[in-house]
Amino acid sequence: MSLLSIENLSLDIAGLPILKDVDLSVEPGEVLGLVGESGSGKSMTALTVMQLLPEAARTQGRVTFDGIDILAAPEEAMCRLRGDDIGMVFQEPMTALNPVKTIGEQVAEGIRWHTGANRADAEARARAILDRVGLPEAKFPLTRFPHELSGGQRQRVVIAIACALKPKLLIADEPTTALDVVLQAQILDLLRDLVDENRMGLLLISHDLAVVAEMADRVTIMRHGEVVDAGRTAGILTEQRHPYTRRLAEASTHVPARARTEPSGEDRKALLDVSGVTRDYPGRRKGFFSRAEPFRAVDNVSFSLAPGHAVALVGRSGCGKSTLARMILALDRPTAGEIRLAGEALGDKSEAELRSARRNMQVVFQDPYGSFNPRHRVERLVAEPLHLLDKRPTAAERREQVAEALHDVGLSPSDMDKFPHQFSGGQRQRISIARAIITRPRLIVADEPVSALDVSIRAQILDLFADLNQRLDLTYLFITHDLTVARAITDEVMVMDEGRIVERGRTQEVLKHPRTAPARALVDAAPDLERALAARRGDKAL
Amino acid sequence: MTAYLAKRLATGLATLLVASVVVFCVLEIMPGDPALLMLGMNAEPEALATLREQMGLNQPVVLRYLDWVCGMAVGDFGRSYTYSTPVHDLIGERILVSLPLAILSLILSTAIAIPVGIFAAARRGRPADTVTMGVAQVGVAIPNFWFALLLIYLFAVWLQLVPAGGFPGWSAGLWAGLKALILPAVALALPQAAILARVTRSAMLEVLGEDYIRTARAKGMPRRVVLWHHALRNAMIPVLTILGLQFAFLLAGTIIIENVFYLPGLGRLVFQAITQRDLIVVEGVVMLLVAAVVAVNILVDIGYAIVDPRLRTRR
Repeated sequence: MSLLSIENLSLDIAGLPILKDVDLSVEPGEVLGLVGESGSGKSMTALTVMQLLPEAARTQGRVTFDGIDILAAPEEAMCRLRGDDIGMVFQEPMTALNPVKTIGEQVAEGIRWHTGANRADAEARARAILDRVGLPEAKFPLTRFPHELSGGQRQRVVIAIACALKPKLLIADEPTTALDVVLQAQILDLLRDLVDENRMGLLLISHDLAVVAEMADRVTIMRHGEVVDAGRTAGILTEQRHPYTRRLAEASTHVPARARTEPSGEDRKALLDVSGVTRDYPGRRKGFFSRAEPFRAVDNVSFSLAPGHAVALVGRSGCGKSTLARMILALDRPTAGEIRLAGEALGDKSEAELRSARRNMQVVFQDPYGSFNPRHRVERLVAEPLHLLDKRPTAAERREQVAEALHDVGLSPSDMDKFPHQFSGGQRQRISIARAIITRPRLIVADEPVSALDVSIRAQILDLFADLNQRLDLTYLFITHDLTVARAITDEVMVMDEGRIVERGRTQEVLKHPRTAPARALVDAAPDLERALAARRGDKAL
Repeated sequence: MTAYLAKRLATGLATLLVASVVVFCVLEIMPGDPALLMLGMNAEPEALATLREQMGLNQPVVLRYLDWVCGMAVGDFGRSYTYSTPVHDLIGERILVSLPLAILSLILSTAIAIPVGIFAAARRGRPADTVTMGVAQVGVAIPNFWFALLLIYLFAVWLQLVPAGGFPGWSAGLWAGLKALILPAVALALPQAAILARVTRSAMLEVLGEDYIRTARAKGMPRRVVLWHHALRNAMIPVLTILGLQFAFLLAGTIIIENVFYLPGLGRLVFQAITQRDLIVVEGVVMLLVAAVVAVNILVDIGYAIVDPRLRTRR
């Protein structure tokens, strides 16, 4: 009998159908990958198993866990299961822990609740499980608060909470999506070890085929609340019999067609010139009288960008890449060093003098939801940077320019009169690109521009970036921790680590033969669909 | 934590200093000569001049200000023009009425508001929530003096459980004193409680939507336990903010309520002093009230640090 079996599960929330006839099962000691794009119903499937659905939810069908009919089980029975036999790990480690309680309290709490252990025993067990997930007592005492830990460390705490009582089933909902690739690899390793140690079943929810290919024994692929494809991982992802599976696989390894920009650009004058840039932040004072040790976020960075080039700045979270980008955009000033855009130094200019420089560089952010005022129409949003022009455009000129920018990014000029909420995530990212190109800038700085998007949309946006690079002769600085993005559309890669640029070279070469340790760590940790599938086939052949 | 406290204390002192300048200036530019008021309209010019000399009204403004501030720093608030007694004696007598009244109504309003807010949040969207919040809405709309009159009618005139006004003094016994204060305290507390209950409810609802609540539920704890163990402490942060702000309104409210209930408190003292142009008393009482508000806000800041560990480690 399966550990978890879901048969013909249908779910609607306040009359809105969310899931339709979903079937899946997880065996003890097995990893099932549940794959789908946002809105496909994979998280709702998980919450159904936990019975943590919104109040207006209505379910039909059959969900059995370890012989218990979950849909019919009363709340008290579910409380006994949750945290004891079924553990759950969530996507966002930064907000998954209670900020006012110590990590010790939060881990021990579930132990005490289920086993009735006294405080001392529960704390001893909490210490043991925290040690097991890689947070040893010596460095991470139980009295730490969540805000004193990094994202990866917090996710370890969440895993410790979920696995404290050795559950039979662990549900992990996008457990590594918010983490950088190196942390992702560590967390996935940890999850795999926990599965092997305790013969735990793992329901791993992810939008990332490469992650699932590495981790899962079997895969279930969902779309629009329905299961479209299911089976052994190697078979499903190698044969790609279902058209949707094929589309997902193609999108996640998509490389836009680009005419190679030859390094002939190098004899043209550099568009962006960064020399010896350093940025210190005031550190925390150790004592009342001791001087604060400054924290060096960016440490003596120098590089230049040739016009028309696309360069990726890759590095782990906290390596200083976003700080560097803020200084290039003149949103922050370097402590030392100089940044020149088209020969002009930005460092000592006043806001008014920066206008012409700002015209020439624009930014695209990660989150297409958060970067728009929801009460403004698209025309106003896209026209925002036009105030940087010396001559104010008339209303008619403004509409014309907005229409042109929207056309450039593949939207219709009639979209001008709509509000942001009327667009999908991918379309919104197009709007933010339109906003970035309306002043006809020469440099675009893009901070993780596709990491919030589903794979198929991501492929389209990457195509758009590639296309604009050619048509408008744009120079790109892509800031990302995702090497597939770098591989897809950049000529060169700069690897950043602890505030310094440690390696720079042609994208293909750096990704194939990284020379420095930080670059190698990034490349090795990055999940790769082809490599994972090859490894799975190899396993079978052995 | 020490640095945090030192910073709050310094801000509090600065606030007091600024307030003292404002209070002094406002009363300085208000029309009305205290000496003239004391001696009456038909006073001899010589007598008037002597009195002004005695009261120090002839000195330059800056000197009088410094004199006043330095005096207050050592507990000397000056002498009342009308009562001819030291101001701090006047205040000392009345604070024994006003302080218990303020504390009583603060306790009442939090004791009512927080449980009601939690109750409503736990039953969001159900009839119990709608009814309690409807009642709270009415409570917000009713001014406290009107409420005071209703209470007097119900409990003093009709049921005759408590006196309708006046204060027998603490010498008459603790119970007699409390009996005289209970109606005014309720009248002050209820409108405040109504606001605080709504704030508590919305703070709880916001916290209940957080990811860590889901994490706690995934540990297997029932909704009710999660509410008390995880949500409440996080929801207290905005509640504390409102509580601190409300205290100032509570003090302003005592002026009206003490007049309605005929209580010999600071509110009535300051009200009478204003009508009699007894500037020195007005200044003293106002500064005392400002100090009380500043002190409460420092307490609120300490409360923040107790509730939220992130504030303890921040520079």
